[in-house]
Amino acid sequence: MPEQPFPPEGVIAGGGAMDLSATEAGTVRRPPAAPDGAGEPAPPAAGPAETADRPRSLWSDAWRDLRRNPVFLASALVILFLAVISVWPSLIASGSPLKCDLARAQQGSAPGHPFGFDGQGCDVYTRTVYGARTSVVVGVCATLGVALLGSVLGALAGFFGGWWDGVLSRITDVFFAIPVVLGGLVLLSVVTANSVWPVVGFIVLLGWPQISRIARGSVITVQQNDYVQAARALGASPARLLLRHIAPNAVAPVIVVATIALGTYIALEATLSYLGVGLKPPSVSWGIDISAASPYVRTAPHALLWPSGALAVTVLAFIMLGDAVRDALDPKLR
Amino acid sequence: MGRYVVRRLVQMVPVFIGSTLLIFLMVNVMGDPVAGLCGDRQCDPATAARLRQEFGLDQPVWRQYLTYMGNVFTGDFGTAFNGQEVTELMSTAFPVTLRLTIVAICFEILIGVTLGVLTGLRRGRPVDTGVLLLTLVVVSVPTFVTGLLLQLWLGVQWGWIRPSVSPAAPFGELLLPGLVLASVSLAYVTRLTRTSIAENRRSDYVRTAVAKGLPRRRVVTRHLLRNSLIPVVTFVGADIGFLMGGAIVTERIFNIHGVGYQLYQGIVRQNTQTVVGFVTVLVLVFLLCNLVVDLLYAVLDPRIRYA
Repeated sequence: MPEQPFPPEGVIAGGGAMDLSATEAGTVRRPPAAPDGAGEPAPPAAGPAETADRPRSLWSDAWRDLRRNPVFLASALVILFLAVISVWPSLIASGSPLKCDLARAQQGSAPGHPFGFDGQGCDVYTRTVYGARTSVVVGVCATLGVALLGSVLGALAGFFGGWWDGVLSRITDVFFAIPVVLGGLVLLSVVTANSVWPVVGFIVLLGWPQISRIARGSVITVQQNDYVQAARALGASPARLLLRHIAPNAVAPVIVVATIALGTYIALEATLSYLGVGLKPPSVSWGIDISAASPYVRTAPHALLWPSGALAVTVLAFIMLGDAVRDALDPKLR
Repeated sequence: MGRYVVRRLVQMVPVFIGSTLLIFLMVNVMGDPVAGLCGDRQCDPATAARLRQEFGLDQPVWRQYLTYMGNVFTGDFGTAFNGQEVTELMSTAFPVTLRLTIVAICFEILIGVTLGVLTGLRRGRPVDTGVLLLTLVVVSVPTFVTGLLLQLWLGVQWGWIRPSVSPAAPFGELLLPGLVLASVSLAYVTRLTRTSIAENRRSDYVRTAVAKGLPRRRVVTRHLLRNSLIPVVTFVGADIGFLMGGAIVTERIFNIHGVGYQLYQGIVRQNTQTVVGFVTVLVLVFLLCNLVVDLLYAVLDPRIRYA
């Protein structure tokens, strides 16, 4: 299963109702608690489900685990910091990333310029801080797009089966046979617009089959549960079955894969910008800076090291977050 | 077995047509190849029209695709716009990339499986946690960063290796590029093997083997490892296809004149014949690798038999 970013350590079985307090990613919404008992999943958990007499849900369990997990806390802190500086980069960097002084090209660190200067004499610190915004915007938007498109198409395929399932599986196979970087080079080399949106669009275009496969498998697993059969027998409509009974319990694997994928999308954007087809100067992106610094690597390695380090830490934070969430949501590891 | 292979080959046809058609359409969007042929100057309209007719570019896309596929199956991958046969480019590029891929796969299997077995048998110990953390770090650092940094440190500052690879690209010079290319997959192989070993370690057949009094080494290699390798084989098999096509970044950093280099040049110079030809072969390699992987299952797990 090469499409999964990480070896599947057992299918994450959805059990019980979910709890809003556990939806860290903010992408999941708990259906409003309905009093009608018609096929409602067994424990009608409502509100903060940590009271002793209520059976704890998968999500509140996961949240309890996560709060005590140092890896989760550390990566969440890094991500919070990134989010803040991508909204207000001027909080910690006073200058402009486009203000460069050729006379200071390739110089090392100086007072007020802790990371030194790059080949064009731009301040490496300021550019590294401002580069965070590109990465975060691309990562978040691409993940949202991929997760929405992939999970809707995959869930429909898993739920209805039939010809749509067959067609979707073939389409997925086709997309997997094309190397991603290659597709990016071909498609993005025509784009002249210098913005993040073509890159986001490309990632969504090539990324959705991965999520749709996960969502499809997850829906098929959940569909066999007794409470779904019961609701079906009581005459629930397909829309109600899918939205109220299946989706909340099938969403966990999608969240995990999407979180890890967010990190890889950030790396992909940097790779495409490095190859010259993602963002182009004068946009500010870590990929552009690393690409620009590589010819001067013998004389000014610092201009390469700082953006590379920032990129690595960012991707690492998202992948570790996804890893921690996966561990917390996988009942087999408890 | 024979019938299974035939069925799989038939199933490959729509995927092959789909992916080649997709890349054909993508390349068609890529811009006007005739404009690329005239270099930086504006093309003379009469010349452009004549060239378009000569290359069949005035035909509708579906007809271009059919003509192209017809030619491919007679072994004619067309001519790049600089007059070089695409098959000639392939015959110099593919051996280089194949060597690079072999080096990478060897690293993946040797280091990945060894680390996976070591950590899987010691789950929860410091070695396990350390290696696990290391794999996360390796996965997080994009390949081009790993490549540039290793080239900087090992090649430029410490002088252990030559920073760039000569056109002949012998195995010796491909060690570092191969390691860089393999790095991310290596981490996945480690994690896969670890999970698989840790899961199977508690299985009945391992307990039986231990109870029979077999030496530990034999239990681990013949019983535990053989049964735990199935997911790893799946991954590595699919990875061969990915590595051959995904070497664009690595080949660019280390200046290796392989498939990735030719593809990059083809895209930058809008050389559609080169791009489509190389991608067609890559897709075929990818699909065949997946088939071989499925057949290998039966070798690894005697319970799996293909009727």
